[in-house]
Amino acid sequence: MSDYILEMNHITKEFYGVKALDDVNIRVKRGEIHALCGENGAGKSTLMNVLSGVYSYGSYSGDVVYNENVCQFHTIKQSEAKGIVIIHQELALSPFLSIAENVFLGNEQRKIRGVVDWTKTHKKAQEMLKKVGLENENLNDPVNTLGVGKQQLIEIARAMAKQVELLILDEPTAALNDEESKRLLSIMQELKKQGITCIMISHKLNEISAVADSITVIRDGKTIETLVKGTDDISEDRIIKGMVGRELTNRYPVRTCDIGEKIFEVKNWNVFHSDDPSRQVIKDVSFHVKAGEVVGFAGLMGAGRTELAMSLFGKSYGQKISGSIFIHGKQVIIKNVQDAINNRLAYVSEDRKSYGLILIDSVRGNMTLAALKNFFSKRAVVNKNSEILAAEEYKKRINVKASSINQTVSSLSGGNQQKVVLAKWMMTQPDVLILDEPTRGIDIGAKYEIYGVINDLAKAGKGIIVISSELEEVIGTCDRIYVISEGRISGEMTKAEVSQEKIMKCIMAESGKEA
Amino acid sequence: MDKKKIVNINMKEYGMILALIAVFLIFSVMTGGKNMSPANINNLIMQNSYIVILAVGMLLCVLTGNIDLGVGSIVAVCGAVVGILIVDYNASIWVAIPAAILIGTLSGMFVGFFVSKLSIPPFIVTLATMLMARGLTYTLLKAQTKGPLPTEYTFIGAGFLPTMKISVGGGTIDLISIGVALIAFILIILFEMKSIKTKKKYGFPVNPLWQTAIKIGVIFLIVWFFFYKLSRYNGIPFVLVIMGVLVALYHFITSRTVAGRQIYALGGNAKAAKLSGINTDKVYFWVYTNMGILCAIAGIVLSARNASATPKAGDQFELDAIAACYIGGAATTGGVGTIIGAVVGAFIMGILNNGMSLYGWSTDIQKIVKGAVLLGAVTVDLLSKRKK
Repeated sequence: MSDYILEMNHITKEFYGVKALDDVNIRVKRGEIHALCGENGAGKSTLMNVLSGVYSYGSYSGDVVYNENVCQFHTIKQSEAKGIVIIHQELALSPFLSIAENVFLGNEQRKIRGVVDWTKTHKKAQEMLKKVGLENENLNDPVNTLGVGKQQLIEIARAMAKQVELLILDEPTAALNDEESKRLLSIMQELKKQGITCIMISHKLNEISAVADSITVIRDGKTIETLVKGTDDISEDRIIKGMVGRELTNRYPVRTCDIGEKIFEVKNWNVFHSDDPSRQVIKDVSFHVKAGEVVGFAGLMGAGRTELAMSLFGKSYGQKISGSIFIHGKQVIIKNVQDAINNRLAYVSEDRKSYGLILIDSVRGNMTLAALKNFFSKRAVVNKNSEILAAEEYKKRINVKASSINQTVSSLSGGNQQKVVLAKWMMTQPDVLILDEPTRGIDIGAKYEIYGVINDLAKAGKGIIVISSELEEVIGTCDRIYVISEGRISGEMTKAEVSQEKIMKCIMAESGKEA
Repeated sequence: MDKKKIVNINMKEYGMILALIAVFLIFSVMTGGKNMSPANINNLIMQNSYIVILAVGMLLCVLTGNIDLGVGSIVAVCGAVVGILIVDYNASIWVAIPAAILIGTLSGMFVGFFVSKLSIPPFIVTLATMLMARGLTYTLLKAQTKGPLPTEYTFIGAGFLPTMKISVGGGTIDLISIGVALIAFILIILFEMKSIKTKKKYGFPVNPLWQTAIKIGVIFLIVWFFFYKLSRYNGIPFVLVIMGVLVALYHFITSRTVAGRQIYALGGNAKAAKLSGINTDKVYFWVYTNMGILCAIAGIVLSARNASATPKAGDQFELDAIAACYIGGAATTGGVGTIIGAVVGAFIMGILNNGMSLYGWSTDIQKIVKGAVLLGAVTVDLLSKRKK
C-alpha cells in the first residue's frame, strides 16, 4: 500500500475564466495531520470542495488519487462513502435534536427501510462519543445545550460514525477558546493514533506548529511549498513567510501617539442574564479608557466580555442593568442603541454575519446604515449622493477589496466584510469604539490592515476597547489590559508588565475562587 | 465591464414591465383587441385600484419578511362601517370616511401591538384578524348587503375628474386627460435630466444616452397609451388620482427616506439592524399600522365602486396583494422588493383577470392560471438569481 492516502495532482479549477486553483499539488501521508495554510481566498476551501465532490468530477482538471484510485466524485455522498468527511467552519448540527440523533444525522441506523433503530442508535452513539471524550454527556440532551467546543466534538463523532478515514477540518478552533482548542487538538492526536488521517485548515499558526506533521502552503491558488516536521522549519514565522510571500517582521504595526484625558469611564456596572434574572453576568465592573489609548479586554469565552460590551451599548444585552457611564467626564444615560450612537459610542460585534452585516445589501448600504439618521439624511430623507461619496471614501481609506460600493457584502471575503463593519461604525464618528474580536476568522494580511486602522483611530484621539480571545493579539495591540473572568475585572496591567502567563494566572485565580 | 453591468441591472428592472406589456399584448390578440378598448382600460384601472393600494402596504410587510393575511377582512370591516354609518345613521360622508380610516388604523395597531410588543409571529396574528374581522363584518351587517350609498360617496370609486370633451371623428376626446399626460411626461423628463445632472456633478457613472432614450420612450408610450384611451372614454377616474398619489408617496418613502431604509435593513437582518440603532419594534408596529390604514382606503374605494357594503367584500384580496408583491420581485425572506415592482405585479394579475374574463374563461379556470403564473414568475426569478 502506498504511503500516501491522498494525492491531488495538477488540480486547476476556473470560475468564469478566473483561476481559483492553478496547478495545485498536495500529497497527504496515511495517518498524519496535514495542515493547509494560506490567506483567505488563497483557494483552500475550493481545493477541499474539489476533494469532497462539491465541485463534481469534470468541472476541474487534474487527478484526485485516493487510496490509489482515481476518484470521480459527483456529490458529497460519494466521497463520504469512501471515508472522506469534511467538517465545515459553520457547524451543521440540528440544534433541537438530541446528541444521539445528531451523531447519526443523515446516516440513521435503521431496522428496516425508513424505521429508526433507537437501541442501535444509542449504543453506537455512546461508542462514538467515547472516541471523542464526550462519554459523560446525556445522549438525549438537545445539542444546543452544549457549548460550541463540545458541538464541534459531536461533529467529529458524527464523522466517526461514517467510518471516516480522511477527516477534513475547516477552521475547527475558530470559535473555541484556548481551553477548548487544546482539547480538540489532543482529540485530533488521539484520532491519529487510531489511524485516521486529518487535513486541517487553520489560521491559528501556533496550533499548526504544535500538531501538524506536514504543512502545505497555498498562495493565490498555487501550491507554494510543503513543509515536513522534523526536516523543515515549521515555526510560525516560517509559515507566514510562505503564506504572504514576504517576511512579516512585525505582526502588529507600531503605534506612536499620545494618550490624553479619560474619555470613557464606567463605574459599578452590574448586569443580569437576559433570560435568567437571578444570574448575575457582570459584577460591579469599573474601568476607563483614555483618548488615544487602546485598552484590551482579555479573558476566556463566556467570561462576560461580550455581555459587558453589549450591555454598555444601548442595553443590547441583559436586564436589571445598573451603574453609570461617563463620556468626556460627563455622565450620560444610554437607553438604546440610538442613544449610544448619539453619544459617540460604537460597538463592532464579534459575529459579523449575524450581528454586523445585512448580507444581501451592498457595501454602501451596510457602511452607512448606522450613520444614516445622523449624517446622511435631512428631515428623514436620505441624501444618496453624500452617502455614495462617503462609501467611496471609506472603501479607499481602509482598502476594502470590492469591485464597487454596490457589490453585495455576502460575496466579500471575511476580512473585507470585517472592514465594511468597521467602516460602518467609523462613519458614526464615534469617540469610543468597542471592537469585539475584530480579527476573528480573517487572514494575516487583513489582520495587519485592521491593526493599522485601529492605530489610525487611536492617533485621531479615539478611545478604543479591543475584546479578543487571542492573548497574543491583546498583548500586541493594547496599551493597557483588563482581565475579565467570571463577570469581574480580575486584573489590570500595562503593556510593560503584561505577559500571556500573567493573564492566564489572573484568569485562573478568579475561577478558582468561584469554584 | 462596468458598462455592461449597468445595462444588465437595468434590463432586470424593466423585465417586469416588459412582461406586463407582453401579457397585455397576448390578451389583445386573443380577444381581438377588446381589452384595448377605452372602456376596458378604464375598467382595468378601476377594478385593480384596491389591489394596487393593498399591494403597496403589503410590500412593506413583505419587506420585513412577513405577510398580512387579515387584509381582505379589514377591507370588509371598513366598508361595513361606512355602510352602517351612512345608511343606518344618516351620517355624512365626512364622518363616515374618517370613521372607516380610524377603524382601519386601530386594527392595524392591534396587529402591530401583538407583533412588536409581544413578538407573536405575524402569520398567526393576521390569521386571527382575518377570521375575527370577517366574522365581525358578518355580525355588523347581519350578513346582508348595506346600500345604496349616495353618489357623493360613490364618486370616490366610480367618479371622474372634470372633463373638457371635444368631438373627434365619431367619438369624443378629453383635453384634460391629454393635458395631464403631457404634464406627467414633461415632469418625467425633467426628473431624468436632474438626476443625470447631479450624477455628473458628483462624478458618478451615467447610463449611456441610448438607454435613457429607450427608457423615456417606453414610459412615453405607456403614459400616452393609457391617457389617450382614458380621454376617449370619460376622462381621468378619481381612483387613478388616489392610486397615483399613494404609489408616488410610498415609492418615495421606501427609496428615499431613513424609515424606508430601516424597513429594508430589518428585513435583511433584524439582529444587525437592531445593533445599528434601528428600533425594530417600532418599525414592525408602523408597518402593520400602515397596512391597516391602506386597508381602510381600499375598503372605502371598494364600497364606493359597488355603491354598497357587503359582508363578502374583499374576500381573498390578501392573496392577490401578496401575489402581486412576489410577482413584482419581492423576496419571501424579506429585504428585497420595490413599490414599482408590487404595482406592476398587481397589474399583471389584473390584466390576467380582465383578459380571461373577456375571453370567456370561467373564474375557476382563472384561478388555475393565476396560481400557475405566480408559481412560474417566482420560480423564474429565483432560478435566475441562483445561476449567479
